[in-house]
Amino acid sequence: MSNVLAVVEQRDGALRGTAKEVIAAALGLAGASGGEVHALLVGGPGIQGVAEGLGEAGAEVVKVVEHEALADYHPDGYPEIVARIAGEDEYTAVLFAASALGKDLAPRVAARMDLPLAGDVTGLSIEGGEVNAIRPVYAGKAFTRVTIGATPALVSIRPNVFQPVNQAGAGRVEAVEMTEDPSSWPTRVVSFEATGGDIPDVAEAGVVVSGGRGMKDPENWTLLEELRAALGDGAGLGASRAVVDAGWRPHGEQVGQTGKTVAPKLYFAIGISGAIQHLAGMRTAGTIVAVNRDADAPIFKVADYGIVGDLFDVLPRLTEEIRALRAGG
Amino acid sequence: MNIFVCVKRVPDTETRIRVGADGQSIDPDGVKFVVSPYDEFAIEAALRLKEASGEGEVTAITLGESQAQDALRSALAMGADRAVLLEGEVTPDGLATARALAAEIETADAPLVLLGVKAADDDQQQVGPMLATLLGRPCATAVSTFELNGDRVVCRREVEGGTEVVELPLPAVVTITKGAFEPRYASLKGIMAAKRKPLETKPAQTADSRLRVESMELPPERTGGKIVGEGADAVPELVRLLREEANAL
Ligand SMILES: Cc1cc2nc3c(=O)[nH]c(=O)nc-3n(C[C@H](O)[C@H](O)[C@H](O)COP(=O)(O)OP(=O)(O)OC[C@H]3O[C@@H](n4cnc5c(N)ncnc54)[C@H](O)[C@@H]3O)c2cc1C
Ligand SMILES: Nc1ncnc2c1ncn2[C@@H]1O[C@H](COP(=O)(O)O)[C@@H](O)[C@H]1O
Repeated sequence: MSNVLAVVEQRDGALRGTAKEVIAAALGLAGASGGEVHALLVGGPGIQGVAEGLGEAGAEVVKVVEHEALADYHPDGYPEIVARIAGEDEYTAVLFAASALGKDLAPRVAARMDLPLAGDVTGLSIEGGEVNAIRPVYAGKAFTRVTIGATPALVSIRPNVFQPVNQAGAGRVEAVEMTEDPSSWPTRVVSFEATGGDIPDVAEAGVVVSGGRGMKDPENWTLLEELRAALGDGAGLGASRAVVDAGWRPHGEQVGQTGKTVAPKLYFAIGISGAIQHLAGMRTAGTIVAVNRDADAPIFKVADYGIVGDLFDVLPRLTEEIRALRAGG
Repeated sequence: MNIFVCVKRVPDTETRIRVGADGQSIDPDGVKFVVSPYDEFAIEAALRLKEASGEGEVTAITLGESQAQDALRSALAMGADRAVLLEGEVTPDGLATARALAAEIETADAPLVLLGVKAADDDQQQVGPMLATLLGRPCATAVSTFELNGDRVVCRREVEGGTEVVELPLPAVVTITKGAFEPRYASLKGIMAAKRKPLETKPAQTADSRLRVESMELPPERTGGKIVGEGADAVPELVRLLREEANAL
């Protein structure tokens, strides 16, 4: 068989945005090898209810493991279950999202299955019967093409790169029993403190609004937050290292070589100079917009559109125009 | 308590990457190499733990060719007690790397192993959890700060939308991200002392890499765009271009 397994994520019982992207990437490989896409969804009671939506995204079969101990990600439990199910069929490839969760999960599954893992890939193909992946290295300063010399090929895909598809058809849902024993999982998840509300993580957001030292003061982030909100639910917030080091923003928002590498469709760099380490993290964005009062700032060398000027004049106007545009439909 | 810290030698993040003559790796000519930034956080975390308890030994370990000694000397200069160079080829196959590290760490008495969350060259973010799985130990990744509580490690993790606290029984593996462990600079005294600290070299027990690099390329230059205009007056035109030309709104 030459089927491909897409391991999809849920949070609080809802599918994550990356779920359909992982299936889209799997469809590409399955198409090339003449197989089907199977999706694997692990979650708490009631999770079967969202599994049907995966058929429209392209999954022929949706395997669902539902158990109260699995409502939230568990770093011992999930890898054990995923490795078991991935090993039950002769898959060509097993794909994950390179999300915060996927980056924790995929390497553990790989080690359990004694398989190499190509992480955070932006392109996939089959060449001479082997899976080929494009992997950014040096935070996007270069790309490598690697052949994965093992089957199944384990891959995590970068969010926002693979385009989800919509097709008619409902996936066949198959309930898979949980045979693992939660009392054998040594890690205890003690608590979770929400900070960002419902704002998507910068690495997964489809649109990113990033601020730098030019913002002058952490209180001015309300201006960025207003622009972000005007751009809609899928928009996230990013930051340069200078403002993270200053303690203005959490490190989780840092974009760049020692932060997150992002590939949103649209990236706003507001008051960011464009140091090499920052550019590394965002240069693969679809469209880049820069606002900076220094016309010689290096950020303008990678930006598709720039406005030279004081961000405190430009930002409110930008928010207003985008709000008006979206309200007008 | 003895602690192992896994460190990797990588190009300085300032480096402009050029593709080497083999078309598969970078041209190392003129490149300055450093300890991968997140690994410095891990070294710092280990040193603070040792200083607080006043006992135990911090060992820096790396898989690499002989030049990787530099990274170990840097760790020793910061304050690590001893270092181990597993001499062998470094490949993008994180599982091969994890195996080589596991073979050495398995036999040592080190209840805690620290790594960087990701190496600044390959960006795989995988060696830590793979090593933990091979050792059969629990692991917390992307930890910004942690403390010991008896025979447990209590870790704060940065995850999407918040902070998670997880507790692992020792022996354990923890990968460190930026947070509480701002690395110290090596003092001149530290640099002198590092020269006399033990640095052991042994052949790595590596398996063959199953990720074969076929080629390396630079990303297409962004042709850079246009300056739409100056100040707030340029905003309507920007929004029009974003919608009509870039199809991004
Ligand atoms: C090992 C290492 C790793 C690093 N990793 C990262 C990383 O991951 N990510 C990262 O971002 N950086 C990283 N850096 C830091 C990087 O080198 C830069 O220092 C940093 O990106 C600068 O941040 P900035 O652009 O916000 O600040 P600055 O460089 O100070 O730029 C501020 C910009 O704001 C503009 N400005 C000021 N006021 C206004 C105004 N009123 N209106 C409009 N524009 C205004 C200025 O013209 C300027 O261009 C790293 C550095 C090192 C050494
Ligand atoms: N060759 C190596 N030698 C020692 N430690 C390594 C090596 N490669 C990776 N590591 C460790 O694993 C972490 C994650 O690396 P990676 O999975 O490659 O992003 C690094 O920050 C190091 O702590």
